Amino acid sequence: MAQDAGIDTPAADSGSGDGALESGGVRRRDFINIAAVSAAGIGGLAVLYPLISQMAPSADVLAEATTEIDLAAIQPGQAIKALFHKQPLFVRNLTAEEIKKATDVDNNPAEFATLRDPATLADRTKPGKQNWLITAGVCTHLGCVPLGAGPGEEMSRGAFGGYFCPCHGSTYDTAARIRKGPAPRNLEVPPYEFTSDTVVKIG
Amino acid sequence: MSFPWAKQYTPSHPAMVWLDEKLPLPRLIYGAVGAGYEVPRNLNYMYNFGFMAGLCLMIQIVTGIVLAMHFAPNSAIAFDSTEHIMRDVNWGWMLRYGHSNGAALFFAVIYLHIFRGFYYGSYKAPREMIWLLGVVIFLLMMATAFMGYVLPWGQMSYWAAQVITGFFTAFPLIGDGLKEWLLGGFAPDNATLNRFFSLHFLLPFVILGVVILHIWSLHIPGSSNPTGVEVKTKADTVPFHPYYTAKDGWTVGVFMVIYGLFVFYMPNSMGHPDNYIPANPMQTPAHIVPEWYFWPFYAILRSFTQPLLFIPGKLMGVLAMFASILVWFFMPWLDKSPVRSAKFRPLYRKFFWALVIDVLVLGYCGVSPPEQPYILLAQLATIYYFAHFFIIVPLVSSIERPEPLPFSITEAVLGHDGQAALAAKG
Ligand code: HEM
Ligand code: FES
Repeated sequence: MAQDAGIDTPAADSGSGDGALESGGVRRRDFINIAAVSAAGIGGLAVLYPLISQMAPSADVLAEATTEIDLAAIQPGQAIKALFHKQPLFVRNLTAEEIKKATDVDNNPAEFATLRDPATLADRTKPGKQNWLITAGVCTHLGCVPLGAGPGEEMSRGAFGGYFCPCHGSTYDTAARIRKGPAPRNLEVPPYEFTSDTVVKIG
Repeated sequence: MSFPWAKQYTPSHPAMVWLDEKLPLPRLIYGAVGAGYEVPRNLNYMYNFGFMAGLCLMIQIVTGIVLAMHFAPNSAIAFDSTEHIMRDVNWGWMLRYGHSNGAALFFAVIYLHIFRGFYYGSYKAPREMIWLLGVVIFLLMMATAFMGYVLPWGQMSYWAAQVITGFFTAFPLIGDGLKEWLLGGFAPDNATLNRFFSLHFLLPFVILGVVILHIWSLHIPGSSNPTGVEVKTKADTVPFHPYYTAKDGWTVGVFMVIYGLFVFYMPNSMGHPDNYIPANPMQTPAHIVPEWYFWPFYAILRSFTQPLLFIPGKLMGVLAMFASILVWFFMPWLDKSPVRSAKFRPLYRKFFWALVIDVLVLGYCGVSPPEQPYILLAQLATIYYFAHFFIIVPLVSSIERPEPLPFSITEAVLGHDGQAALAAKG
């Protein structure tokens, strides 16, 4: 308080100087106070924004990248891991039996209704290329790399024959759909296209 | 707090008199942890862990600062620079083992300190603020330990960063963006390592600040004690120095022996061998588990495998894990019993030990693979954990008949307390 501090401030009703009441009952000093505090507040927020924003992915990380993958060497039943956006990508050549396992679910409404994240194998592959299951190799639970695509992992594909995440037990089927465990969604299908019969461009 | 009978600081040397006028730092120390601080005479060894926690924090800060002189927070060379510390830097192996085992023992000490609080009702009025700040310290410790674990950039480091920041993707709408913001990318990378190093360096000093507040608020009512009966007269207390400096000094010695055993004879016993494999974004280790001090929370996280009340299992797990610690904040209000110490609370005492066993079971499930029967066991233990806080504690505190309390601390110690009886009459 001005009085407490012993500063001589003209009383509000003294009729002149800084303390004078303007027509609306607002003192000039009130206006200066509000203006100064607002400026400091807005200034503070303006400084905060870059401080928060600097932590977001930087331009080089965001720069669009595409990857080309040659499928010729991948035998039916086999899968490979590629790198896309610094994260693993699964490319799997489904066997006829594995395709049937997935489409059996699609064609059985009762079973299809039990899917946590409903989608058919056709939704998740390209027309005429149903055997090529291309998904992110990142478990939708907390981001581990599921087993089933690496060399020697054919025996670790879990109860539904697709992929099995060792971290907390999420189990994916042969369309990489989540069937059991804590993951909420199917393995993500990235944007991709076939540039020839045996080459796909991811991204 | 200074009880009326606490000794006053009276400097005799002219230099100390001079200093006392300009900057009364010696006076502050004398009154806070010296002969001028009066403490209940009956504290048992469970009350030594606060002092030991302070020592642990100092050990972490000192070893951490020297490690930072040799460590390179860049994903291309972080792993190698850690090996450089282990092999080439003079005493580097000791400093690093000292820091990693120091962190684990810090948690051991803190858990004993926290469960001391649960047993003796230390969180009850007028000590709520001490407790609340303690929980804040614990949360900061968890964040610090996690980010420190990421720094060597081994397989466990990398996947800890991936999985723990993955927690945040559970939140609808903002989740994925939040994770990317935390990591500075789509997956852990150099940006992640850099910021974790910066924050891992900062947070212990934030903890230090909160510890100072913690002790400040402790010194207002003064320490509680195993009887839970408040200090009444001078006969109930002794000066902190020399009585408790000596007692704390003795347990510091015991602590150092145990610490030395770990650092020099079994430095990797609490670590995970996979962390000696450089980070590989393409391959998750077959069995990832956090450090032992996070196992119970990890078990709670994993026990939600199915959607519950339309909330996805993943979100439920993350919420439950956070809630399992946040619920401690409410302890002072969930426990309505006017009696502090479990010593005089026959029913609460039994449930206290049941909680201890429950947390051990959760820890055991947390380190086991995510299979039956561990999933079911973890689910039951998780239900019990929350039931303890939300149902058992409030219920017990309203139906229990506590045993008779001693009249005073002195009576509890000596079997009689003439002075206190007189003081009560007069
Ligand atoms: C860096 C971490 C910590 C340090 C350095 C620390 C330090 C201390 C010290 C020196 C004391 C007094 C001695 C004693 O009673 O043991 C104390 C008391 C206390 N601490 Fe902590 N503490 C830490 C963390 C925590 C945590 C995580 C909690 C609980 C969640 C907690 C709860 C308490 C309570 C309730 C008291 C008062 C006990 C009483 O007087 O009965 N502290 N702390
Ligand atoms: S990260 Fe795959 S199940 Fe948790």
